[in-house]
Amino acid sequence: MARNPYRSQKIAFFCLLLATLFIVVPVGMIVVVIIKKGIAGITWQFLTDVPRKGMRAGGIFPAIVGTVYLVTGAISFALPIGLFAAIYLSEYAKGNFLTRMIKLAIVNLAGVPSVVYGLFGLSLFVVFFKFGASILSGALTLGIMILPLIITASREALESVPASFREASLSLGASKWQTIRHIVLPNAVPGILTGTILGLGRAAGETAPILFTAAAFYLPRLPHSIFDQVMALPYHLYVISTQVPNVDEKIRYGTALVLVFLVLVMNLIAVVIRYQFRKKKKW
Amino acid sequence: MANIRVDNLDLWYGSFQALKRVNAVFGEKRITAVIGPSGCGKSTLLRVFNRMNDLVEGVRTTGSVFVDAEDILVPHTNLVRLRKKIGMVFQRPNPFPLSIYENIVFGERIHSRRISRDTLDDIVEASLKSVLLWEELKDKRHMPALRLSLEQKQRLCIARLLAVKPDILLMDEPCSALDPQATAKIEELMRELKNNYTIIIVTHSMQQAARISDETGFMLLGELIEFDKTENIFTRPKDRRTEDYITGRYG
Repeated sequence: MARNPYRSQKIAFFCLLLATLFIVVPVGMIVVVIIKKGIAGITWQFLTDVPRKGMRAGGIFPAIVGTVYLVTGAISFALPIGLFAAIYLSEYAKGNFLTRMIKLAIVNLAGVPSVVYGLFGLSLFVVFFKFGASILSGALTLGIMILPLIITASREALESVPASFREASLSLGASKWQTIRHIVLPNAVPGILTGTILGLGRAAGETAPILFTAAAFYLPRLPHSIFDQVMALPYHLYVISTQVPNVDEKIRYGTALVLVFLVLVMNLIAVVIRYQFRKKKKW
Repeated sequence: MANIRVDNLDLWYGSFQALKRVNAVFGEKRITAVIGPSGCGKSTLLRVFNRMNDLVEGVRTTGSVFVDAEDILVPHTNLVRLRKKIGMVFQRPNPFPLSIYENIVFGERIHSRRISRDTLDDIVEASLKSVLLWEELKDKRHMPALRLSLEQKQRLCIARLLAVKPDILLMDEPCSALDPQATAKIEELMRELKNNYTIIIVTHSMQQAARISDETGFMLLGELIEFDKTENIFTRPKDRRTEDYITGRYG
């Protein structure tokens, strides 16, 4: 039988489409299910009240606040440090064996299970530094967890800035640091933000790292300082789904919906900033 | 004064010797062309003069390069000052992804502490005028530079360079990305610039070297084979290899 390139192309495209659907459909279904079951639970009281009656009624306001604090803390710790490390690795470090090992180690750190980060945070921040189970410990633990993501994404962003820009800047008498500061960094912002977005989502959603370091089982008030424990959405969701009997389904799915929505809003903000930067820079 | 004297220059990339015993003097307010087949070391030579080779790991040099009697290959050379004095135009026009205006004032913003809006405006006007772009672009100064045509981009890069007030312009095949018409215009600009600047141009086009340069050096496999007045190189070359190259026997 003669070869039919048109038919094999069709088969290939069909397989690719199938793979795409295989990813899209479950995600879509999760979102649909959460919205369908959770939307009934979303009321003003649910969003702004503290949990009541053993978390079977009332709202989830402390958990929302807790998650926002933890994520904000994690990002404000991890973004600057990650970015500086990425700048050092991609711009200053020589391409020797040690640098390659460090880069490899960072990539591998991204794959370490989050519960390991939780234990690490427990022994370092909670016990050794005596921060106790607190927002500070939790945010730092989450920060360390997302550092590899931010470093890797930032490094890729920095390295993708065309060499010709650096050459032009250096040839005009700019120092290396001026070149990085004025030419490389502004052009790497979109990529850096992509890493930050990934980090945000991960920090907001993880339960294990905050389990031992920050999360309170039930704390129907807002934290007073960064040394307080907090409730957090993912842990709260775990608690009301498995530890407390007879919690109404709409409260459980409502909590999930709020968590998903929160991550979505944070991502959206980053996407908008990224878009603004991309619009200006095109090459 | 702005001349360059090369004394017994050797350069290695790792274990590969890219320049061998190069000796030459590049005269002031003149266009000197360096020609030769690909990989002969002509771009490398150019990049020695503003120490851009420093960016490549594993580069080693011996010998000296004097710019106005000061050896620039010694380790403590002030690279910022050197590169302000010796500017470079690259093969592909490489404006920053900023506005035309911001491209031109980039150098000033980096080199001065206090800058007034008026100074910047003056710099932009003067620089654009000296590359003959002012009339075309005076109302579009704040347009993104990346929207310009290739030729305009290359002119803008030259303008950006002139704004730093260099004495010497290094041009690394500045027309190789341009069409013949644009090339002619850039060459015209170079003749104009010769009155105020020392220009060294690396080119793969012998015709270009013949058209615009006062002196020409021919390089082959890292050696500077012959260096003479352009008319001599193209009409009565002394070395057999030069003759072979300009008559098109290889290259």
